[in-house]
Amino acid sequence: MAEIVPLAEGISRLVHDGDTVALEGFTHLIPVAAGQEIIRQGRRDLCLVRMTPDIVYDQMIGAGSARKLIFSWGGNPGVGSLHRFKDAVQHGWPQPLELEEHSHAGMANRYVAGASGLPFAVMRGYTGTDLTRHTDTIKPITCPFTGEVLTAVPALNPDVTIIHAQRADRHGAVQLWGLIGVQKEAVLAGRTSLITVEEIVDELEPVPGAVVLPSWSLTLVSCVPGGSHPSYADGYSTRDNAYYRWWDGISRERERFTRWLDDEVFGRAPTGAPEEAGRA
Amino acid sequence: MSHATRAGSPRESERARADAWTADEMMTVAASRALRDGARCFVGIGLPSTAANLARRTHAPGVVLIYESGTLGAKPASLPLSIGDGILAHSADAVVSVPEVFNYWLQPGRIDVGFLGAAQIDRFANINTTVIGDYDRPTVRLPGAGGAPEIAASCREVIVIVRQSPRAFVEQVGFITSIGFGSGPGDRERLGLRGGGPRLVITDLGILEPHPDTCELTLTHLHPGATVERARAATGWNLAVDPCLRQTDPPTDDELAVLRRLEATKGTIDGVVRTPPDPATA
Repeated sequence: MAEIVPLAEGISRLVHDGDTVALEGFTHLIPVAAGQEIIRQGRRDLCLVRMTPDIVYDQMIGAGSARKLIFSWGGNPGVGSLHRFKDAVQHGWPQPLELEEHSHAGMANRYVAGASGLPFAVMRGYTGTDLTRHTDTIKPITCPFTGEVLTAVPALNPDVTIIHAQRADRHGAVQLWGLIGVQKEAVLAGRTSLITVEEIVDELEPVPGAVVLPSWSLTLVSCVPGGSHPSYADGYSTRDNAYYRWWDGISRERERFTRWLDDEVFGRAPTGAPEEAGRA
Repeated sequence: MSHATRAGSPRESERARADAWTADEMMTVAASRALRDGARCFVGIGLPSTAANLARRTHAPGVVLIYESGTLGAKPASLPLSIGDGILAHSADAVVSVPEVFNYWLQPGRIDVGFLGAAQIDRFANINTTVIGDYDRPTVRLPGAGGAPEIAASCREVIVIVRQSPRAFVEQVGFITSIGFGSGPGDRERLGLRGGGPRLVITDLGILEPHPDTCELTLTHLHPGATVERARAATGWNLAVDPCLRQTDPPTDDELAVLRRLEATKGTIDGVVRTPPDPATA
């Protein structure tokens, strides 16, 4: 059964230096508060996994949390570049960042294999691209039935997968809806999981198209209202597009970014105070 | 829809009218016209999304917009800033997971048109969105592949929208993120790719199409006001020009009005234009 804990406790229990950590959420439901708590706790040498390392990973990479990134698209969606990510790759600041680069379809299939308890996934993909020359986790495989040459990608099984969802019940079952992305697969692929939620309720009322993750399939749940900002939680908030544009300016220069980090991450108390989780 | 010139339109007055719209607007309008009504279209964010939404509001109300965030048949009231704006999910026929959109909908060949942007494109319409320079020590690190490699491989055809410049139009891309025609005729077949590959490359100067025999991108249309010389100067290889080079129809008043209304709503929640708050002071 999942345990309901404050966010700071959840991060300190599940995220360790050197771990492989996936924070998922495809534009919607990005666990930004959890990422900032990882920065606040000073975790280092993480292998970060995420299809679209947007603002949350820009912050973690700029703060020096990561040694490696497994990803498929690293930009500020609708705005432009991720400047901290670019600075790490182009100039090794604040430290060099090893890349393992895939396509969205490849990353999604790697999570599916991880969630399915299989060593790899089979797909039609990457054919004719130079990704196959630089990423050694992309290999050809011959179909034993038809002889067709397809592509294999290995399973992803993060030490911990962290997602944000709309709500949980008091037993720790989690419900999410709207753009559900790859979160279910990422959670089931993870060896452990931490889910931040907007609220904890007595009963999970059915919502059309919702994903429900039973309490026994999860490790820890934390109540962090607004924990996905500037991303959003359908039914609770809307995407703060102005913030994504504003981040472009903050992240462009090291000094301004460092100031932001000191003020907005290190200068603030952890989100999800114990009494908030204690209401559960 | 045809890109061809209306017979007898006088060049001079077209050039005068060309001041009435921007090159980007002409590009977006030309791209929107390339989408036929009812087409199932996998839409990239940015210029492709703008063009596809313009098509849906003008000549192609039945176009099916599919975004990689898992929205099938999105009908957004405003232009989304990202592929995951809530308005896409709320207006969609169905919302599916990311593994599903790629595995069940794109991979088996259910999508007619892949609508892509590019940082760089080459003579054979191969696209680079990964790095400029050496992969391990890049001069410029670009965002990477996203959904594009499989979109370029599996859609029945691909339309690319990209501003034409010598930096973007290179003889040969240094990194193939998404394959066009590889190194020439027969490459797609040899690789076993199921989709037909790029059909049109639409720029701010004109339209390029792969030559039926050589697969080389060839200038087939010029937008009003553009010249062959400018197109050549903006291309990093010796650009072939179709002997039957035509001029793109200028944007209609309706197309421009709809496009400008769309642009004004970009990133808003419900199509209502507001002054965005400054998060620094919010």
